[in-house]
Amino acid sequence: MSGGARTPLLTVEHLSMRFGGLVAVDDVGFTAYDREITAVIGPNGAGKTTLFNCLTGFYKPTAGRLALARGGGTFLLERMPAHLIARRAGVARTFQNIRLFAGMSVLENLIVAQHNRLQAASGWSIKGMFGLPSYRAAEREALEKAKAWLERIRLTRRADEPAGDLPYGDQRRLEIARAMCTDPVLLCLDEPAAGLNPRESSELAELLQDIRDSARIGVLLIEHDMSVVMRISDHVVVLDYGRKIADGPPDAVRDDPAVIKAYLGEDDEDELPPEVAADLGVGTAEGRP
Amino acid sequence: MEYFLQQLVNGLTLGAVYGLVAIGYTMVYGIIGMINFAHGEIYMVGAFMSVIFFLLLGMFGLQWVPLQLLFVLFLAMAFTAAYGWTIERIAYRPLRSAPRLAPLISAIGMSILLQNAVQLLQGARPKPLPPIIQGKITLMTRADGFTVSISYLQIIIIVVTVALMAGFTLMIQRTALGRAQRACQQDRKMAELLGVDVDRTISLTFVIGASLAAVAGLMVVLYYGVIDFFIGFVAGIKAFTAAVLGGIGSLPGAMLGGLIIGIIEAMWAGYFKSELGEVAVFSILVLVLIFRPSGLLGRPEIEKV
Repeated sequence: MSGGARTPLLTVEHLSMRFGGLVAVDDVGFTAYDREITAVIGPNGAGKTTLFNCLTGFYKPTAGRLALARGGGTFLLERMPAHLIARRAGVARTFQNIRLFAGMSVLENLIVAQHNRLQAASGWSIKGMFGLPSYRAAEREALEKAKAWLERIRLTRRADEPAGDLPYGDQRRLEIARAMCTDPVLLCLDEPAAGLNPRESSELAELLQDIRDSARIGVLLIEHDMSVVMRISDHVVVLDYGRKIADGPPDAVRDDPAVIKAYLGEDDEDELPPEVAADLGVGTAEGRP
Repeated sequence: MEYFLQQLVNGLTLGAVYGLVAIGYTMVYGIIGMINFAHGEIYMVGAFMSVIFFLLLGMFGLQWVPLQLLFVLFLAMAFTAAYGWTIERIAYRPLRSAPRLAPLISAIGMSILLQNAVQLLQGARPKPLPPIIQGKITLMTRADGFTVSISYLQIIIIVVTVALMAGFTLMIQRTALGRAQRACQQDRKMAELLGVDVDRTISLTFVIGASLAAVAGLMVVLYYGVIDFFIGFVAGIKAFTAAVLGGIGSLPGAMLGGLIIGIIEAMWAGYFKSELGEVAVFSILVLVLIFRPSGLLGRPEIEKV
């Protein structure tokens, strides 16, 4: 996707989030571009999830600006309540620990995500209760969209099962599909590959690339699985102790001394087990394509 | 046998009313995890609204009973719903993120406030309403002259309740609002992140619960013909028992629990001492809480990790 003109989608400026004396995010700024996968990486406790929580309205940032461009306008996310961030600005997210509606069916999970359009079409539920045509049309549309996603994540056969009964990998994919059903312009994924086996995470990487290219939206990705990050991201932002320490294309970030230091510590580079080094792509030949 | 049947008819009528009130408890618990102790008072307010509107309509010369009933039904539902909405707005919403005990205490405060307000405004003496629907159908007659009968009013109560419950179930299952309610019930924060307006969904839950309680209030006014400011307390706790028996948070459970409680109360009053009917009901509350806290149709609480 790089090469053409890049359109900034999300501009984060001087973002800080303090909890009492703890500074979880400290004056961070970066830009995520439309139709790109931007990965946010960093060691545990670097402030990645806090950044997501500020973005999606969970937290009110202590300072800073989160500007999202959509349809010619700009939304200042730090001033909006969570449901409007989802509805108006078009930011969707998934969680590290899966948060599906476990008791509702797989299909219903995807339809709830289209609540806004349906609620608008249902005229405060009055038309919905009596099944008037305008509502039925909107519902049919929602159903079709949900089914298309089920097809795409290969869960059509399990559409009517409770979402909580799905295997872990399917739940991860369903959560992404649910987020996509809100018609986002920015999809925020918090460690989508966590707990997946290599085959599943490779499928996930394909799904994310496919979403970027076919839905033409921006993807913001927190991920520890470096093979996924290096393979699919267009742009990597590295956080450490709440500060941004690197920002750029994956290859450049991988070789950045500050990043290597944050991940490996200053003096222990040689003592690292080879597989860790390989994961990060430092010090080994096969890490560099 | 005939006596049993008669008590069954009476119990079903009573149970329908409890079921309507129990829905309000169970829905609110489902969505915000709080027992709305002011819900019994909402039902009482609904009953008073009904009496007031009956008298007003009579003053304006509306005498045709079916139209009178329809008007009172809608007016009482609308006004009581406004009460429900307001209570949520001023007493519970500001405490949304407070510890669980705070809204509970606020609810008890609301309950006392409404009781006293109605006592002050309407007086402490019971308010009678002349019977509006009379007549009954005799189902069977025993040799000694004992008849089993079902009054038109009982038929109306049961039919209206069943219709409301069916419509309500349809709404929960079919509409966007119902889906949003179920989603909020499971994970409020996640629902919000998908664009569901959680505050409005909760408000509507209170509005629906209150309007169903208003219908129950109207039924009781018609059935017993006399109300006072204190009826909400006992009826509220009985409906709460029904909700717990059915499994709090479960809608079919609330309906089933209401019916069971109504029948038990009627049977107890019929075969033992009627003064002890409430003892039977509340013993059930204790037994359910000890032996089956998740109720008949409730799902056992799963610890989140």
